[in-house]
Amino acid sequence: MRLIRRNWLGGAAGWLWLLIVMIPLYWIVVSSFKDQAGFFIQNPFALPADPTFENYKLVIESDFPRYFMNSVIVTAGTILPAVAIAFMAAYAIVRGAGSRFLAGVNGLFLMGLAIPLQATIIPVYLLIIKMHLYDSLLAIILPSIAFSIPLSVLVLTNFIRDVPKELFESMRVDGATEWGMLRTLALPLTRPALVTVSIYNGLAVWNGFLLPLILTQSPEKRTLPLALWTFQGQYSVNVPAVLASVVLTTLPIVILYALGRRQLLSGLTAGFSR
Amino acid sequence: MTAAAPTVAKVAGRTTSRAGRSGSVAWMALPALAIFLVFGIVPLVGVLLLSFTQWDGLGAIHPAGISNWRSVLSDPGLPHALFVTFEIMILSWAVQTPMSLLLGVFLAGRQRYRAFLAVLYFVPLLLSSAAIAITYKALLDPNFGLGAGLHLDFLAQDWLGKTNLAIGVVIFVVSWQFIPFHSLIYQGGVRQIPTTMYEAASIDGAGRVRQFFSITLPQLKYTIITSSTLMVVGSLTFFDLIFVLTAGGPGDATRVLALDMYKRGFQANLMGPASVIAVLLVLIGLALALILRRLGGSTTASQQEGA
Repeated sequence: MRLIRRNWLGGAAGWLWLLIVMIPLYWIVVSSFKDQAGFFIQNPFALPADPTFENYKLVIESDFPRYFMNSVIVTAGTILPAVAIAFMAAYAIVRGAGSRFLAGVNGLFLMGLAIPLQATIIPVYLLIIKMHLYDSLLAIILPSIAFSIPLSVLVLTNFIRDVPKELFESMRVDGATEWGMLRTLALPLTRPALVTVSIYNGLAVWNGFLLPLILTQSPEKRTLPLALWTFQGQYSVNVPAVLASVVLTTLPIVILYALGRRQLLSGLTAGFSR
Repeated sequence: MTAAAPTVAKVAGRTTSRAGRSGSVAWMALPALAIFLVFGIVPLVGVLLLSFTQWDGLGAIHPAGISNWRSVLSDPGLPHALFVTFEIMILSWAVQTPMSLLLGVFLAGRQRYRAFLAVLYFVPLLLSSAAIAITYKALLDPNFGLGAGLHLDFLAQDWLGKTNLAIGVVIFVVSWQFIPFHSLIYQGGVRQIPTTMYEAASIDGAGRVRQFFSITLPQLKYTIITSSTLMVVGSLTFFDLIFVLTAGGPGDATRVLALDMYKRGFQANLMGPASVIAVLLVLIGLALALILRRLGGSTTASQQEGA
């Protein structure tokens, strides 16, 4: 393995990038523990002279748990159905190769990749009003499912194609139905891809801003990114409190990332490089 | 695989048991198809129809002929928004691609410390655009931000208050957010290049730089196209980041098309003209994707060349 060679340029870029990433992150965390006076007077990179949890207390007392729950409901409510139906569609597209209908369906999903779906937000808004779903969490969930389908189907078809045809043939000889093969053969073999797609879509929905902004209205329906934005408007003078809210909204994802990092990174690399 | 495909098609055409079988899987695609049609394709047609109507977002919808198109296309704000959109698209592509490529190649190495660095590299990917925008707004504040705190005059500028600086900040922040994702794509691409090619090149006496330009770069052609397509089409949807960071300002300096659509539609209650902008966004996205695919040649050719 002579792949491991000196790569000065890559190395320099690597360390430079580390600085570019870590400086703002360090600054957010350090500043969120300072009181206002300390934030304005101290060197921005110095550790807080008098560390305080007041900022965090303020954020948590301002309905943070409710926004957190809304984000959890919207994210789970999107990825579970989205991944399930995208998996079924990907299975059909691979197993039904040759069917003109399925080729057309696949083409439609691929086209979805090239279209900025946010551009359809005005008719989606109209549709949600007509369905009497405006200002509900379901109003965010339904379009989120639809928007996550194109990429999920692409990644999942790539994985299901790798399942050897002979396995399907021998199961068919044993009298298995397509539904049975989907459950007992394709599902376990594509589990890594399913996890990848769930994480990828989950991140997009958790961090989504446009759909909650347009499709909901009342404060009780806010998700975290939107709450962050309104909070920033209310506390524009209290920068440490705003930064504490940034930390709090990001922390759950960072913890999940720390746990599932290997899966996320290897899945994404494999999913996109084909 | 190429040999099997025509046979299947032929048999399917004869509607024998084989065709019945592919018909029996087709229903599994229906749930995904249904929701994608309702919330993706129908609105795509709907936005075109709405562009010929007058609607304030609440009341009744009235037909308006081509008046929206006429007014938007003759609005001097449109060329400006187009210019800003493409400026940010091209410059952020030019910043992100070399950096992602370098990082991807770097990360494809398998030393321990690189794996450790990779943990930290990808944190920006986890933050919401709103969180990132809020952070940079505070960080770049001329009075309380980094520059003022460190007493560095060149940093203590009014970054978001001056036209050229604001665009630079948007490009920097976009790159900060998305370079991790693209370097990941490149890392995957680099790992698929057969090591034998490098071994052969080393035996022929090719140096590191030569190998990069003669092997790595050409082998990554399709990865570059994939990544560029995602970057370019994705840049059309930069809304939340710019909305929170600059709200399109100063003046209209960072008012990209997606933001223009939002402001016309949901702030000025002019859904018709906003729909015109949305149609333009769709057309530009499709055109860019087609151009990029043309650059890469057809997909079958790509697979043969890659093999």
